[in-house]
Amino acid sequence: MTAEAADSTEAVGTVAPAADSGFLQRYGGTIEYVLIPGAALVGALAVFGIFVMLFGKSPLDLYFYMYYGAFGTWFSWQNTLTRAAPLILTALCTALPAQLGMVIIGGEGALLIGALSATSAALALQGLPPFIVQIAMVCAGVIGGGLWIMLSGALRQYRGVNETISSLLLVYIALAILNHLVEGLMRDPASLNKPSTREIGAVNMIGAIPGTDVHWGLVFGLIAAIASYILIYHTVFGFAARIAGGNIRAAKIVGLGVSKLILTVCFLAGGAAGLAGMVEVAAVQGRTNANLAAGYGFTGILVAFLARQNPLAIIPVAILLGGISASGGLLQRRLGLPDASVLVLQGIIFVFVLASDALYGRIGFLKGKS
Amino acid sequence: MADGSIGLWTVPLAVLGGAIRVSTPFLFVSLGECITERSGRINLGLEGTLVMGAMSAYGISYVTGSPWLGVLAAGITGALLGALHAGICSLPRVNDVAVGIALMLFGTGLAFYLGKPLIEPTAPRLPAIDFGWWSDIPQVRAALRVNVLFLIGVALAPILYWAFRTTRWGLLIRTAGESSDAARAMGHSVLLIRLRATMVGGFLAGIGGSFLSLFYPGSWNEGLSSGQGITAVALVIFARWDPLLCLWASLAFGGAAALGPALQSVGVTSGYHLFNAAPYILTLAIMIITCSPKRTLTGAPAELSITR
Repeated sequence: MTAEAADSTEAVGTVAPAADSGFLQRYGGTIEYVLIPGAALVGALAVFGIFVMLFGKSPLDLYFYMYYGAFGTWFSWQNTLTRAAPLILTALCTALPAQLGMVIIGGEGALLIGALSATSAALALQGLPPFIVQIAMVCAGVIGGGLWIMLSGALRQYRGVNETISSLLLVYIALAILNHLVEGLMRDPASLNKPSTREIGAVNMIGAIPGTDVHWGLVFGLIAAIASYILIYHTVFGFAARIAGGNIRAAKIVGLGVSKLILTVCFLAGGAAGLAGMVEVAAVQGRTNANLAAGYGFTGILVAFLARQNPLAIIPVAILLGGISASGGLLQRRLGLPDASVLVLQGIIFVFVLASDALYGRIGFLKGKS
Repeated sequence: MADGSIGLWTVPLAVLGGAIRVSTPFLFVSLGECITERSGRINLGLEGTLVMGAMSAYGISYVTGSPWLGVLAAGITGALLGALHAGICSLPRVNDVAVGIALMLFGTGLAFYLGKPLIEPTAPRLPAIDFGWWSDIPQVRAALRVNVLFLIGVALAPILYWAFRTTRWGLLIRTAGESSDAARAMGHSVLLIRLRATMVGGFLAGIGGSFLSLFYPGSWNEGLSSGQGITAVALVIFARWDPLLCLWASLAFGGAAALGPALQSVGVTSGYHLFNAAPYILTLAIMIITCSPKRTLTGAPAELSITR
């Protein structure tokens, strides 16, 4: 089937106007990168519709409430964007190391450590001008999260430990450290039922973008994503990283410092997730507690894969998945679906997106060149 | 003998009991993963399989009243998830590690979704065999209450070891894992071998999950497994893909995981969460010690993407 389609396109390509085939040559790949994940998304939504139908709910209601809860009103848009902010940052934690061919899935751990570091910085600097406290929180969050993922990178580079498994194990270790500190050393004696650290103070919160309820974390995320894009596609460093990701031996032969590349990229990746933790503390929670382990790190993995590890594509994908999780509450209230339905949908999307990898280069009419 | 007089002996006893009790899920998942990885594919989704297995076992046991049917259902669920993994992986250019991550999220999500109504009711549990009847000390008796699944797992390890070495089936799996070209040249479908190996692996991991919900801790809730599945996958790597080493490693892990609750029972509560993280820290430490960037691991199946 596919081979036939390819043949016929070739035949068409020779008779079609040169400009047209040039267009496909230039943009066929890009169209593919939008079309295939898009189709995967639609397929996943269809399967999820059938899934809820099995439980006696109407899929049309489902799609309506999902749209309404995610993008239907200004209120839901703000909810969506607020959730997209940490997703952009945690997705970068998977997407940046992916340029080097590494699969890091420990963004959740870096987020927790970043939150813990940022909170510690804020609590240590109480009384200083808020601006200084906020800068210290950003630095602490980035450094904390960065070192956490750099550990995975270093283990991979110097000890040959698989980075996927080590980064995931570090999530559970990070969670244990967080619970340990929050229930012990850093516990606010006033937090009885829900052990938490002391609050960082209302003046030190980073607040909302004027005119909205969306906090400044979204801007942090956008800046981080755009900076990552420039770093990877428009700097020598990024070029070196992509060479090392494509062929590690070639990178070594041309004399690239692969260890340095891996450690730096992992630090930046973890730093992004750590920043997400800082944002969650400084814009949403106001303190560190177990609420922070809300799964943003894991959804970030899905965002990165759906965006095909492209930092710019992460932005719209994060908004889309932020929307799906924002609609979860409405689905729960109006359709009586359990809160885990968002997890199921995310899982189905993930499976579809990965399966759709097989389609690249196989869609006949997109083959500009053969 | 009075309770108090055994004092600090409670800790090693509880660790021994834990090694027997807590190790069972580790044992089943690692044996299952061992089969899958020997065929040249890695299934990181066993964490999701474990949780799905726990949920379906609890549900079926509650509905039918027979915990053994629950165990069977858990195995079948696991095999289906394994088939899904293998099916997606047989498509060209699909990365097995990524599919595993996807199924980890999918499996846990689906289990939480379907398991919502199961948090309240109580399902019949699996029976235990009392090996501690000779002792008067309640702690000893508690430590030696052994579940049949544990015994099955312990028996399975040497059987698999033998099967990998001598049976036609074991040789085929190893051939697919060492060189897919060789397997193909012999006229076997590598994809089919891996499909079967992943399904068997999922079946065992599902049974490991049924142990969680039907014996220890013995109830269904969303915090039932926190990383036991992924720890077991890591365990296979430093057990060098050897089923017998998987058994010893699982026992060590069970003991480590029981350390936190054991210390808590004698009043050491300060580092509770850190002791609970002991299995993960232990896994990481052992991986750091045993891995090396200079050489590929001895015993690693050559086709395995994760060690290449």
